[in-house]
Amino acid sequence: MQPQSCVNIKKEWDIVGARQLGRDIAKKLGFRTVDQARIATTISELARNIYLYADHGQICFEVINTVEHKGICIIAVDVGPGMEDIGQALEDGYSTSGGLGAGLPGVKRLMDEFDIQTEVGKGTRVKVIKWLR
Amino acid sequence: MRIPILKLHNYLLISIQTEIDDQTAIQFQEDLLDKIHKNGSTGVVIDLTSVDIIDSFIAKVLGDVVTMSDLMGAKVVLTGIQPAVAVTLLDLGIHLKNVSTALNLEQGLIKLYQELGE
Repeated sequence: MQPQSCVNIKKEWDIVGARQLGRDIAKKLGFRTVDQARIATTISELARNIYLYADHGQICFEVINTVEHKGICIIAVDVGPGMEDIGQALEDGYSTSGGLGAGLPGVKRLMDEFDIQTEVGKGTRVKVIKWLR
Repeated sequence: MRIPILKLHNYLLISIQTEIDDQTAIQFQEDLLDKIHKNGSTGVVIDLTSVDIIDSFIAKVLGDVVTMSDLMGAKVVLTGIQPAVAVTLLDLGIHLKNVSTALNLEQGLIKLYQELGE
């Protein structure tokens, strides 16, 4: 893994900044247009979740570059309220904010690997990977 | 930042050329409904050719503005959705089922002419 670059998510515009940076990294790595869009959309969803539910947090990028695997790892961290029921948050159409409820279940489908850790009152950490094929 | 809305006879034309943040999207929703009301527009084309990402929030705003315009009596056609955007929308589970679409601005206008017969 190569060193991380992180974007702070505090303002609404940071969502756009994070997804632009993510797309640039993906492009440089050689991802094609559709996967670039998948990666940018994922970042947008994760950053919005931070902004909506946790007020502030970070989106970090890691480039995975080994002999066997190349890809991008995106980690979204916040110290917000956490989630009581991860199962519910991963259901299509479930939302506590009046959204479409497409965010987390969507991210799971957009990416190749998906891991979520959350604790009520402590925060949430979502880690996703897209492999370069 | 505001998205320009152009008037063409009974129609309104919008080409979204910039990266849309949440605030711009909400502002656009209000502006469009206002313009429909002021001009008595019957048809709207929103061209998305230059938009390279639509996440669930922007999809909701777009879907809502179509429904709201419909309630007011104006028909909206979304045009020029890029292949990568169509793929990611489906991954997100967003189908925009009740939304009228066309390949490009020209086809969108033809669709409005045909359906509204003006």
